[in-house]
Amino acid sequence: MDQLVMPGVRDNPDFVELERTRGRLGWTLTAIMLVIYFGFIFLVAFAPGLMATPVFGIMTLGFPLGLFVILSAIALTGFYVVRANSAFDRLTARIAGAQP
Amino acid sequence: MMRRLGVFLGLAASLMAAPALAAGLAEGAVQQQAVSPVAIAMFAGFVLLTLGITYWAAKRTRTASDFYAAGGNITGFQNGVAIAGDYMSAASFLGISALVYTSGFDGLLYSIGFLVGWPIIMFLMAERLRNLGKYSFSDVAAYRLQAGPVRSFAAVSSLVVVSFYMIAQMVGAGQLIQLLFGLQYAYAVVIVGVLMILYVTFGGMIATTWVQIIKAGLLLLGATFTVVLALAHFGFSLNAMFEAAVHASPKKLAIMGPGLQYKNPISIISLGIALMFGTAGLPHILMRFFTVRDAKEARKSVLWATSLVGYFYILTFIIGFAGISMVGQNPEYLLNGTVRGGSNMVAIHLANAVGGNALEGFLSAVAFATILAVVSGLTLAGATAVSHDLYANVFMRGKTTEGREVVVSRFASIGLGILAIVLGLVFEKLNVAYMVGLAFAVAASANFPVLLLNMYWKRFNTTGAVLGGWLGLISAVALTILSPGIWVKVMGHHAAIFPYDSPALFSMPLGFLGGWLGSLLASGATSSRVEEGRFEALYIRSQTGIGAEGAATH
Repeated sequence: MDQLVMPGVRDNPDFVELERTRGRLGWTLTAIMLVIYFGFIFLVAFAPGLMATPVFGIMTLGFPLGLFVILSAIALTGFYVVRANSAFDRLTARIAGAQP
Repeated sequence: MMRRLGVFLGLAASLMAAPALAAGLAEGAVQQQAVSPVAIAMFAGFVLLTLGITYWAAKRTRTASDFYAAGGNITGFQNGVAIAGDYMSAASFLGISALVYTSGFDGLLYSIGFLVGWPIIMFLMAERLRNLGKYSFSDVAAYRLQAGPVRSFAAVSSLVVVSFYMIAQMVGAGQLIQLLFGLQYAYAVVIVGVLMILYVTFGGMIATTWVQIIKAGLLLLGATFTVVLALAHFGFSLNAMFEAAVHASPKKLAIMGPGLQYKNPISIISLGIALMFGTAGLPHILMRFFTVRDAKEARKSVLWATSLVGYFYILTFIIGFAGISMVGQNPEYLLNGTVRGGSNMVAIHLANAVGGNALEGFLSAVAFATILAVVSGLTLAGATAVSHDLYANVFMRGKTTEGREVVVSRFASIGLGILAIVLGLVFEKLNVAYMVGLAFAVAASANFPVLLLNMYWKRFNTTGAVLGGWLGLISAVALTILSPGIWVKVMGHHAAIFPYDSPALFSMPLGFLGGWLGSLLASGATSSRVEEGRFEALYIRSQTGIGAEGAATH
């Protein structure tokens, strides 16, 4: 499975930018998702009364919050794809193109 | 009736895989329903169509890459639908709607937990997996670590996850089909096993993917139709639906808040961890990332999968809530005050209530099809662990041909199919509630830490992978055995040694701890320095895809 280290890639400014922007985006979105999900789970676990508070007619706070977690999972994933398709693929193509 | 109810509580639990659900033990046989001609005709149609696809796929399955990864020719959209199909099992569809029917709000927890694993896969793993892997996720680990010990661990762990998942599906399938079609349990299990062997052995990943795509489309169509008709019943007002549900439910307003199903906060959090991170370690899901051409298609797959699965869980939630008043108050669907056939039948009864026999038959057939499709995906992942990891890379040390590897893989599929039938028959009367929960916990505690550390931590080495992986695997299994779900409810002990229903809160950190400790202990060894040195090549390829499998050939 040994793969030779491709010379020059590590120092290619495009590669440095790719790893920096992708790393920052990936970990930031991961942190947001973890906060949203475990925020919801902790409310369910430790504040069930709050989640059962009616907010709209008979509908309680838990339902819109649950829907928010579902929609935010889809939205964050979509945001990542949009960013990745524009920025990352362009950088990747340039890095590959710089290979002899 | 009580016997039937007991069976169905057990079935609900086994399908849902919630250790907390293990309220009733499956005892005795399920009584058979009257045969539904509509359902049988539709199911026969599905089987003919998928066998046709298998024939078509078999002619296109020539190389190992075709067999394991559909030649990398699946598009992002197709793969996304197939991944969503893996998730939309009969357990999700019937089980979650049943859970919402009985527990209201708490039914939402499972859906959300299953869904939020996907963004994590997207942000941290999908592109890197595609860039580094070939046929199985252990390719990624073996990229810079020693193949022997790492692949042995990955293969065992994959087979453990696949087996637990499979037992739950086979037992659920047998009981469900017995109910929906009036077939005897043993026949139902054998039919599922034989069809699945045909799909996988002859059609490999191409057939498995297309069976999954077709099923996912049919299920989404049927569920959407049911939900639109049900909402029309309430004048498209969610509040009208909730009010009718609260009025009809014996638990009244309690269904609108948490606490009916899950009470212990630690158990809730632990389950949340297993569901979220387990997704990122399931071998049959990870394998799907090698069926697409490049990182861009891998990204598209995850977005499609997340959107479709999220949409699907909203549908099951509405089906459960609409069922509380529309099924729970209609004497036609009740027997002695409880749902005829058990709460797992809520979705099927609701289809009958809003769409008559045709829609009911359609959904029944799709429920059968969905089990077939999910079990096929599991078998293929298990066969890959046997042929690609154990046979080709551990036993033969890479000195074999692709042709021989595929032959071994086909035999492994047949073997696993027979094993699935045997397991399904052996476990018929046992409560298998903890099985899928255990599969997720093992995946989160053993596979996920090894994969993540390997891709992100330069100093990770073989000793760390072996120690962390086995520690996560063994602790997840051991803690599950000591938990109330098995220790008390199955083994009949008085009190559980491990008080929580899901082990992941403890076993996943143990997996990471083992990975870290093992890597530190072996950091001075020459082999560890070599592995550290290989990290840069892995890192560059994971970021750029330069040199990735399949990338150049398309």
